Amino acid sequence: MALSGLQIFKLLPKTNCKECGQATCMAFAMQLAAGKAELDQCPYVSDEAKAELGEASAPPVRRVTIGAGDMAVTIGEETVLYRHEKRFEHMPGLGVLISDEMDDAEVDGILEQLSQQEFNYVGQTLRPRVAAVKAADGAALAALAAKADEKAGAALVLVSEDAEALKQAAEPLKDKKPLLYAATESNFDAVSAVAKELDVPFAIKADSLDALADLGQKAVDGDFKEVVLDPSSATLGEVLRDQTLIRRAAVKQTFRPFGFPTIGFPCNMTDDKMQEAVFASTFIAKYAGLVILSDLDPARTMPLLYLAQNIYTDPQRPMQMDQGIYPINDPDENAPILVTTNFSLTYFTVSSEVEASKVPAWLCVMDVEGQSVLTAWAAGKFVADAIAPFLKKSGIEEKAPHKKVTIPGYVAQISGELEEELGEGWQVQVGVREAADIPKYLKQISEN
Amino acid sequence: MSFDAPVETCKGNIREVVVGSDGRIGGEQTFPFHLWEGDIPNPPMIAMEVYDEPQPEWPEAVRKVYEDVMDDPVAWAKKCVDQFGADALCLQLRSTDPNGTDASPEDAAETVKQVAEAVDVPLFVYGTASPDKDAEVLKKVAEALPDENIPLGPVDEANHRLIGAAAMGYKKPVVAFTSMDVNLAKQLNVLLVQLGVPEDKIIMDPTTGALGYGLEYCYSIMERDRLAALLQGDDKMQMPIFNNLAPETWKAKESRVSEEEEPTYGDVETRGILWEAITAATLLLAGTDVLVMRHPRAVELVRTAIEGLQAQSKE
Repeated sequence: MALSGLQIFKLLPKTNCKECGQATCMAFAMQLAAGKAELDQCPYVSDEAKAELGEASAPPVRRVTIGAGDMAVTIGEETVLYRHEKRFEHMPGLGVLISDEMDDAEVDGILEQLSQQEFNYVGQTLRPRVAAVKAADGAALAALAAKADEKAGAALVLVSEDAEALKQAAEPLKDKKPLLYAATESNFDAVSAVAKELDVPFAIKADSLDALADLGQKAVDGDFKEVVLDPSSATLGEVLRDQTLIRRAAVKQTFRPFGFPTIGFPCNMTDDKMQEAVFASTFIAKYAGLVILSDLDPARTMPLLYLAQNIYTDPQRPMQMDQGIYPINDPDENAPILVTTNFSLTYFTVSSEVEASKVPAWLCVMDVEGQSVLTAWAAGKFVADAIAPFLKKSGIEEKAPHKKVTIPGYVAQISGELEEELGEGWQVQVGVREAADIPKYLKQISEN
Repeated sequence: MSFDAPVETCKGNIREVVVGSDGRIGGEQTFPFHLWEGDIPNPPMIAMEVYDEPQPEWPEAVRKVYEDVMDDPVAWAKKCVDQFGADALCLQLRSTDPNGTDASPEDAAETVKQVAEAVDVPLFVYGTASPDKDAEVLKKVAEALPDENIPLGPVDEANHRLIGAAAMGYKKPVVAFTSMDVNLAKQLNVLLVQLGVPEDKIIMDPTTGALGYGLEYCYSIMERDRLAALLQGDDKMQMPIFNNLAPETWKAKESRVSEEEEPTYGDVETRGILWEAITAATLLLAGTDVLVMRHPRAVELVRTAIEGLQAQSKE
């Protein structure tokens, strides 16, 4: 079924025109083979090649984009069941349901949150981006969708089973690629026709995986590419089962009717808001592309956004911090100086303990390609003759000229050598091995 | 057309370990909550934490729950069982920390004895990950409670002989602790088995990272542990998994910092409870068998999630 890059290359024009965005036809062929590109991106591909390649070259889970600009959400293009096998590609889009049953003030409040809310974590900005808009008729749906677009620029999910209502709401916003939700067994032809006419994505929804597969097959037969699946799972266990079977069928069997990302509505599963957040975490960990909540209380969206970031981090590329001096608790020139590595987990653990200690300190973070203290030491990167020049060039002496530096307890053995490398007047102190002991250590040294 | 669901057939299963008089963990014949393709005799167990000394540094959200029992581990244990319906407990022997109070092994054993007598749910006993001290303390605990089936941990490579020998002598399960690494986990299991610890007396602690603080490492290590145990049938990896998550989630900045300090973060109590509950719920999907938890509301949320995950109609 799957073709190699070389087999694909033979069917391409071999003109290296670059119009697909790749430098050469060979590079494009490799991307196709990896499921990272679509054949349509080549403007000159022959019909013959299309027939031969089309099916084989599509990614196992297609890419879908809803929304535009900063708020656009791209999902799909997933190739694995377990993140350690490669990585998960696109973080799910987190969103909120608004309906014409809410009063204006409530809707305005939610849209205000949607336009403002963001969290900074490991150098990334995490935020909800999606508004799922639900209303009784086409005019109300169009009005609410226009409002969500205007006030929050949200990526939109238009909720209605009436194809005319979907059309009325989607048409003025079609350039923002709203998702039509949803086509079912009874309205598939009408909704898919609107999607085709407006060139926007649409969702398919059914009560069982069997029925969903039928609709998926219709979407494949109709040559639709931007489709989102909703298996309408009734319980958390069925969420896990349906999401797992859909992903498994897509990536292991290249089962095209399920070769699309999914949407889930934890907002419909419980009236308990905290329980809803816990249910939402299952959707996030288990493959959902869009996750719709009942509101955007930051105490509940924050852990969910962090979870999405954690699960979608590339396991083969450790998260790194920028090298530099991080002031914590507003340190002055007498505050202690600590040095550690730029593995983000190391940084976060150390900095959160320093913060918790309330002792002001300078944390010097050294670039060792994102390795932990012991790993970097073993690899010869976090050693005396590397740390000394880093500290001297870091500018820490201007900020705190006392020349006393604390190294992690795990590298106690380098303290003498580091003192030598640093030269006259420097004192190297051996700190603790576990971050949890940092507050105690800092209190001790700051008392002296 | 009809969808032909792809089924994953497992070669191995997780061993069942008995804790307490009749608590059972493990026994899974398939991946976490994959009830459509295999049997799962025991749902994950939630062990509520009890500490043997007061914890004044805790965030308000948890401190206020246990304020009245902080200096009395027996009352604390009873509160968890009687008031919060705890199915199991984990006694964290924090007082034995050599960098802290440094309580004696005898005192710690006495506390364990009193707690064990006061409740009749399975009791896990956990040291402070100070290998030498843990060895002394856990040995004493085993001696002082010869007839109680109490899992003892953490056991690491440095002290596995000492604690392993005591556990064997008194027929106790052990919790084998390794630092987020599949191979190290397997190696420690092998060492314990070579020493003579029965395979159905070993539980694994793979190290738990809280949400935002390494949860994804722990998640993937556990998924790989389970793939090795179930799909490859590696019998040295077929041990139940134990996650000591509460101490991690409640020390995260995001569980502690007030709304006054960080106005965009929202209510600190909700945040702290969800930090614990979402960490736990994520670990459910990676294959945990024992969740060590603190806040009663978080426990309730995770219990409901477990019930929800078990509810699967036949397709």
